[in-house]
Amino acid sequence: MGNKSVLVIGGGISGLTAAVEASEAGCEVYLVEKRPYLGGRVTQLNQYFPKLCPPNCGLEINFRRIKQNPRIRYFTLAEVAEISGQEGNFDVKVTLYPRYVTEQCTACNKCVEVCPAERPNDFNYGMDKTKAIYLPHIFAFPARYVIDKQACLGTSCNKCLEVCPVNAIDLGMEPKTVTFNVGSIVWATGWDPYDVTKLTYYGAGQYQNVITNVMMERLAAPNGPTGGKVVRPSDGKPVEKVAFVQCAGSRDENHLPYCSGVCCLASLKQATYILEQNPDAKVYIFFIDIRALGRYEDFYTRVKGKENLFLVKGKVGQITEDPATKSLTLVAEDQETQRLLTETFDMVILATGMMPTTKTQPPANVTCDENGFVIGSVPGVYSAGCINKPMDVATSVQDATAAAIKAIQSTVGR
Amino acid sequence: MAKKVGAYICTGCGIGDALDIEALSKVATKEKKLQICKSHPFLCGPEGVELIKQDLQEGVDGVVIAACSQRVNTDVFSFGPSVVVERVNLREQCIWCHPGNDEDTQMLAEDQLRIGIVKAQQMEPPEPYKVEDLSRTVLVVGGGLAGITAALEAAKAGYPVVLVEKNASLGGWVTRLYKQVSQRPPYNELEDVDIADRIKEVQENANIKVYTSAEIEKIAGGPGIFDVTIKQNGNLINERIGAVVLATGAVPYDATRLGHLGFGRYANVITGDMLEEMAARGKIVRPSDGKEVQSVAFILCAGSRDPEHLPYCSSVCCVESLKQALYVKQQNPEATVYIFFKDLRAPGLYEFLYKRVQTEGVVFFRGDIGSIEEGSNNTLVVQADDVLAGDKIVAEGIDLVVLATGMVPTTAFGEALVPTAEGEEKQEEGPPPDVILKSDLLNLEYRQGPELPTLKYGFPDSHFICFPYETRRTGIYAAGSVRAPMDLPSTVRDAAGAALKAIQCIELTAIGSAVHPRVWDFSFPEFSLQRCTQCKRCTVECPFGAINEDEKTYPLPNPTRCRRCGTCMGACPERLISFKNYSVGMIGSMVKTIEVPEEDEEKPRIVVFACENDAYPALDMVGINRLQLSPWIRIIPLRCLGSMNLIWVADALSKGIDGILLLGCKHGEDYQCHFVKGSELANYRLGKIAETLNRLALESDRVRMEQVSIMDYDRIPKLIEDFAKRLEEIGPNPYKGF
Repeated sequence: MGNKSVLVIGGGISGLTAAVEASEAGCEVYLVEKRPYLGGRVTQLNQYFPKLCPPNCGLEINFRRIKQNPRIRYFTLAEVAEISGQEGNFDVKVTLYPRYVTEQCTACNKCVEVCPAERPNDFNYGMDKTKAIYLPHIFAFPARYVIDKQACLGTSCNKCLEVCPVNAIDLGMEPKTVTFNVGSIVWATGWDPYDVTKLTYYGAGQYQNVITNVMMERLAAPNGPTGGKVVRPSDGKPVEKVAFVQCAGSRDENHLPYCSGVCCLASLKQATYILEQNPDAKVYIFFIDIRALGRYEDFYTRVKGKENLFLVKGKVGQITEDPATKSLTLVAEDQETQRLLTETFDMVILATGMMPTTKTQPPANVTCDENGFVIGSVPGVYSAGCINKPMDVATSVQDATAAAIKAIQSTVGR
Repeated sequence: MAKKVGAYICTGCGIGDALDIEALSKVATKEKKLQICKSHPFLCGPEGVELIKQDLQEGVDGVVIAACSQRVNTDVFSFGPSVVVERVNLREQCIWCHPGNDEDTQMLAEDQLRIGIVKAQQMEPPEPYKVEDLSRTVLVVGGGLAGITAALEAAKAGYPVVLVEKNASLGGWVTRLYKQVSQRPPYNELEDVDIADRIKEVQENANIKVYTSAEIEKIAGGPGIFDVTIKQNGNLINERIGAVVLATGAVPYDATRLGHLGFGRYANVITGDMLEEMAARGKIVRPSDGKEVQSVAFILCAGSRDPEHLPYCSSVCCVESLKQALYVKQQNPEATVYIFFKDLRAPGLYEFLYKRVQTEGVVFFRGDIGSIEEGSNNTLVVQADDVLAGDKIVAEGIDLVVLATGMVPTTAFGEALVPTAEGEEKQEEGPPPDVILKSDLLNLEYRQGPELPTLKYGFPDSHFICFPYETRRTGIYAAGSVRAPMDLPSTVRDAAGAALKAIQCIELTAIGSAVHPRVWDFSFPEFSLQRCTQCKRCTVECPFGAINEDEKTYPLPNPTRCRRCGTCMGACPERLISFKNYSVGMIGSMVKTIEVPEEDEEKPRIVVFACENDAYPALDMVGINRLQLSPWIRIIPLRCLGSMNLIWVADALSKGIDGILLLGCKHGEDYQCHFVKGSELANYRLGKIAETLNRLALESDRVRMEQVSIMDYDRIPKLIEDFAKRLEEIGPNPYKGF
């Protein structure tokens, strides 16, 4: 009798789903996540298209499934260090990075009240700050604080240690290694937004009011840096006129040669964030093709019909900033009128595509194509979600559920 | 019923600083007569938990934890299936959103403790419902790519499979394809369809029993114990089945309805489907004279994205047409190929195929088709508005026009089920009934209709982005193009996923657990039918079709189909439906244990019934963000607002409580209720009670329902404040002090 357990690497929506689905079918599951909390990138989304519903709603159910399920063991701040063996019998070494806060933490927040140091808040893409000791976000699961060692003043400060009523802080915590044996492995490490600073002609990283679609999600989120108000990063003013630039770096041989399949719908969705807050705002979407597949067509039709939404077929050539007002002038060819269009906007959102994490970190026992997408693996090793190809949330869940049965098959009859 | 309940109050996280713990303990010991009430400064720590565990050994079998929210430390405060645990939220929903050392905050804490103790006293540990003769066999209906894949995946996971295919052979629609697009780098090549190998694999797998030329005559029972009758060559065969995958696929849209595009009028106008067959046979020729084609025009969205025909996009036609354009180019590189499109939808890695087709000289026009007419010698003239060039374009001398028609799911055919049977009274106003079409695929013996309810356009798809396999019939999962339009690789993945859900349903049913979304739940509704008036509310309102009727029209529950939401319990006017740990009486007692101050104290009371999944966490977030809530509220979480029984409104009002606020999920087209109709049903029930209240001279404004999402924590305080203000205007409940 061999091993009936499964290792899932990546605790985003794909990994979380693969883990929960496999365990509810009877498997023991180890779930390894690099961040200090589970949920991955969907925790940073304000709403899902096309229902415009909050991701935390489904995550709440998934976390409840984990809380009630002793067959899932999850590790946060953890990365796989080594995998050996073969299908049915893999030995796995996982490095647990120090959280500097133990499991005793009750999330009472006393430490944050006294912590004197700050750090840029990566959860909000650096658009605000947290203390050096922080709860990653209000829905964070596990609901446990974490210390950013780089920002922490260390033992010379010790203020959090002094105030913590349950002695949950351990500044001397060291990385640990845990090992376990599993029958199969699912890689689900997801994607990163394409690095827009490479799009110099769009001024991302240079111009404050040129932001990316992932930042837009945080700006619109009630638990984001602005409490959900969509405002200009340069001066905090509400936006009156914004432009979405589709395929920013996508379908472009110099950047991402493929289509990410979700950015059109994401921009249509984000247009609703803006128009919901300010129905008089003017929203322009510059696109090549609007790819709203299947029933998403309904969503496209619904959003397209909104007043003050302008869809312009044409690729944006260049964006320039007025240094005084920080407003942005955008030049694009309107292919329908065949005129060069020059318009000024308060803010520009670059619809950037997905780059699989496997592009920069090729996983063990898996083969990838030149763009980083998985094309094959050794027996017993599977992949799920956006490392397979670009996909939306529902498709990732579907893909992860499929990976779960493959993982189970590798544990059968051994 | 829990015999011996102990209360444990945590004084950590500021609770001990903000509340009078001694007074709180007295509620447990003096008022509720508990023998055990202990407090600890760090109850979730090892020492605190040990304190509880010791008492469990002394015979305590019900534990009230007055500490943090039930959303945290779930595992820490879990003591096995025989110990009832109830959490009283003194942290997130009490001291974090109300001022400390305050009379009203203390009263709130005491009331919430009373509520928790009463609940623990009335709860019993659930005993799982286990069926006899449980089958672990998966039934797959449909032997196309999705069905074959689902069958193979389930069989490889060790489960027996019964595969039923209507046609004489397996393979379905894909067997008619000439080539498929390669899913390997460089992602722009065409390759043979690998269906024959898969069919062989099915035939050789001893775990898969295949019935071809067969259809489903009838499916009775529920997960684990489906009794399936299969009709094959006039014979009826019975199979006991654990769970079902519906993989009956889709068919091309009826092209005879596309006369405006020339189909049926001109011999050389064909569909993409017809082109596949022609290519597979050999040469692509003009049907009119059999001559090899020199010029071909592909018309994308033929009947798709069109409110007159299929309003949706079928997802694959753009890519299929790109592929077919290559067929033409491979046959004759000099051939002229036009593609008329609205948006070229080649998502993901299909971009590489699109690029290749562009480099091979295919000409693309973006615009709407104006007309397709016949010219000389059976050639065709396509006229379109070229949006990009800004004027009309006319393509003449075309040998063949190929219409890229969309997909129609096999569930979209058949007469719509009329929800009320003959002779039955006309249904009252309520949420719109499910759309069920008698498509003759599953023939479920369910009171609520014979097929899966469809979501939109006939697809029995999930409504949930996070849970794409969610269907409204437990243990029956749709996969492949019957669920939603999808390409071949997606179909394969989708079918594998559906196979997992099927085996998971079987395993959960075997241990007596609910399936998604309450997988941890072993309770199930029990019906005491002595006083049943056969009103049918439970059978009509169950969102999952779990309840049939017996021959005397009494409700006949099927516990393995049940999702444990409690909608039946909320629906029953006679209050005959209860779970071991969740009942009308129990919640009623919780309401009645709230202390209602005299009118002159000017302390109104509001009972808040909050959806456990969304509203309750949102209320926690109010505390986590240290926002302030009205001191008058007393929160009672419900599994789903669908379980809200109107008697609780009467219980609250007769007790002198001033207002009742329901916090439920958004309903309507984009509903967020995970039990489909719970919040909508609650709203509808409230509409019914409004008249009664007004008749009793009790203002119907005392009862209000609000739709909130889990992210509405910043809106909730004001929403409660507004309700409190309205109650103030109405004045105190006249029943106070009775």
